[in-house]
Amino acid sequence: MSSIMVDIKAASFPLAAHTKSTALLKQLSGTPKLTGVTPASRLEIRPAPDQASSGITQIDVLTGGLPRGCLTEICGPDCSGRTSLLLSALAAATRREEICALIDASDAFHPHSAAAAGINLERLLWIRCGVNSLSSSLSRKRRPATSLEEWDRRRMEDPVEQALRAADLLLQSNGFGMVAIDLAGTPPKMARRIPLTSWFRFRRVVENTPTVLLVIGEQSCAQSCASLSLQLQKSVFGSRFPVLSGQPSSNGNPSCAEQRPSHTELLSGMGIRAEVLHARTERKPVQTATAAFHTEAAWTG
Amino acid sequence: MPFACIFVPDFPVEALLRAEPALRPQAVAVLEGKPPLQKIFSVNEKARHMGIDPGMTKIQVEPCTELVLRPRSLLQEAAAHAALLDCAQSFSPRIEDTASDTVVLDLSGLESLFGSLPKIARAIARRTSGLGLEANVATASNPDTALFAARGFASVTVVPEGKEAEHLGNLPLEVLFSGLNSPTPPAEAVHFLETFDLWGVRNLRALCALPEIALSERLGQPGVRLQQLARGAIARTLVPVDAPLVFEEAMELDHPLVLLEPLAFLLAHLLDQLCARLAARALAAQELRLQLELDNGFHFLEDVPAEKASQQASKPVPASADAVVGPGRAPARQQNASRALEAPLPKHSSTFIRSLQLPIPMLDPKVFLKLLQLDLKAHPPGAPILKVLLSATPAQARTIQGGLFLPPRPEPEKLELTLARIAGMVGADKVGSLHLLDSHRPDAFRMQRFVPAEPGGQKEKTDDVASNAPVTALRMFRPPLRATVTLRDGKPVHVVFAKRKELHGEILWMAGPWRFSGDWWEQDGWARDEWDIAIQSSVAGRQSPALADHLPGISSLALYRLVHDLLNGHWFVEGTYD
Repeated sequence: MSSIMVDIKAASFPLAAHTKSTALLKQLSGTPKLTGVTPASRLEIRPAPDQASSGITQIDVLTGGLPRGCLTEICGPDCSGRTSLLLSALAAATRREEICALIDASDAFHPHSAAAAGINLERLLWIRCGVNSLSSSLSRKRRPATSLEEWDRRRMEDPVEQALRAADLLLQSNGFGMVAIDLAGTPPKMARRIPLTSWFRFRRVVENTPTVLLVIGEQSCAQSCASLSLQLQKSVFGSRFPVLSGQPSSNGNPSCAEQRPSHTELLSGMGIRAEVLHARTERKPVQTATAAFHTEAAWTG
Repeated sequence: MPFACIFVPDFPVEALLRAEPALRPQAVAVLEGKPPLQKIFSVNEKARHMGIDPGMTKIQVEPCTELVLRPRSLLQEAAAHAALLDCAQSFSPRIEDTASDTVVLDLSGLESLFGSLPKIARAIARRTSGLGLEANVATASNPDTALFAARGFASVTVVPEGKEAEHLGNLPLEVLFSGLNSPTPPAEAVHFLETFDLWGVRNLRALCALPEIALSERLGQPGVRLQQLARGAIARTLVPVDAPLVFEEAMELDHPLVLLEPLAFLLAHLLDQLCARLAARALAAQELRLQLELDNGFHFLEDVPAEKASQQASKPVPASADAVVGPGRAPARQQNASRALEAPLPKHSSTFIRSLQLPIPMLDPKVFLKLLQLDLKAHPPGAPILKVLLSATPAQARTIQGGLFLPPRPEPEKLELTLARIAGMVGADKVGSLHLLDSHRPDAFRMQRFVPAEPGGQKEKTDDVASNAPVTALRMFRPPLRATVTLRDGKPVHVVFAKRKELHGEILWMAGPWRFSGDWWEQDGWARDEWDIAIQSSVAGRQSPALADHLPGISSLALYRLVHDLLNGHWFVEGTYD
């Protein structure tokens, strides 16, 4: 405030202003605060976080594992293997006897897939957000809230809001090995509405704890708050991947359906490719890092 | 053989002050009787100094503006007496329930545990004070001498062995008799006191000095026995009782309570007392039970039959349960558990019960209060509250030391609070761990209370499992999406989702059908054909140009599980593979 006043006076009384600004600079140069500032070149390098296995060797090789005390984001479109990776990470965590929590914003968790993935269900806390409110909010045209209470009540019914609050509570209570927020079923339009401050808060809360905070969604919404961002994409799928290797037939369809009766076909799994979008541990990624792995259907031995 | 006696003077007032500690600096009198014929039943020392005595009518004392009048509460007296027994039991397993305001303890062998007799007496007084009761504590070589010393001397008294008569000599004769402060003192005691008063015998020393034979000739054997008691020469056998493990605290309200916020203050106080009692017995609470008597004159609450309520009360409640019981139909267990509940309920009242089952024994009143607040917020009583009864099911306190190399776990108390908060947000049945049922029915699972498994229970070979490929996960649509399917040669070739218009098109690949059925012998049997289908998705593959370029065709396909319900003929999409 004082410097602004000096500038205003300087316009009308140059001589007086020069004297005062000289005095001000002299005073500032003697301020101990400025002399105590550490130059950026001398800042200590933040130690690399501990990393936990994701349960998939290829992903671990690509990323070094899921960083503890950090936010990891896995994004990709439908059928890109996000949930398979999530289940694999949860299974690895429960095998390490850690307590895990899954905040399911769209109530899409399939228990039998989880059991097949090897998750110890006794160590998994499942929170099903907005079981009915999501479909109703998407389909029904709602009137604007007439009062603050009504607005607050509707806000609390929002599954994304519930998921964020639940995540906040779980992270505050500490002690979880992994907290996963499943926003994969949430439309990107709604996920993008999550304020960046929420992600900053999560990152801050989870910092210096052994918790892995994992978020899956269709698009990246945590942005720079995430220490590791992975983009997944399906590459192949089908019956032991005989012909469905990304080469469609002339009409654009995979050709195997024309060859055999459908009841002899089996969905044996999917091939997934993963790309590191952003990793805080890697300061300057030289080139695009990708990895490929495949998933197997639950029935396969 | 040393004994100790804990005596609470003006017990009805002390029981009241235990519930309302803010009144302790004031003059308080307890009233008994039906209006307008209420009389003073008991007063504290300050009221006695003001000239208030038991037996005075309410009209007589009403001009004293500084005097606080309260109706007598049998509930609070029962709770205070139970607290007294708990305090005694925490020191010695052999205690005698002499009277509602008096407990005698056998201190044999306790010196090695607690130190000398004065130390034990001070510790007893401290613990009694911690339970909200100001008591006199005395130790002596026989129970009766300890009793008289506790009645006669304030605070802590130690009567050395062999010097009983010398120590008790200055005490008035009234200490030999109990119940003199009540409005209707025992007739025999009054007779003896009048006789001694006529003889000029005012204290125990004077009674001891009387010739024994002459005393026997005039008052008979009771008179001689009184003299021996005054000399401390009678060593009777203690009648030990086993204090029941019933932890209940209650409070009756003068005016019905409507809001939950003031109720929280009452609950906080009751929980403090309850936890102090549990701590005195080295126990913790496994279950908390809150019983509210409601002023239900309008009968807007639905009544539950007494049989159902008693079943809920007797069997273990899964997570938490409530019941509203109609007038005069309190569950059987409650009637047995508390003497106070034996009285019939008022005509237009009902009982509201909430039960909180804790995953592990806990002893933190703040956690209990928050859990009760969250529970009451989710399940409000629905009517003004007349009476609050809080009880705890005791269990052995948790004694687990975390391992140095074990993975971190959430603190049980914190986790319980967090789960209660989340349950208040999303619903109690939407939080927990899941238990798979032994059935092939789709979505055959049950949500259950989340109690983290103890570490070290089962060791698995991490490396072996980690080397396996991950499982293709299915994401469920709850509820399933209805679909309109076009068939060709019995096989689906085109699908349109009713509620998600962006997902429709030709089926490019399919596997199936896989027929499942079950429970056909039941009414809710099921039979279905499942197909795995791939359709062109308008949303898939739009994000990563690098990957999409690399994989042009497959990345834009979406895999779904299509289900044909054979019983009703409907088609729907159950989920997507992700």
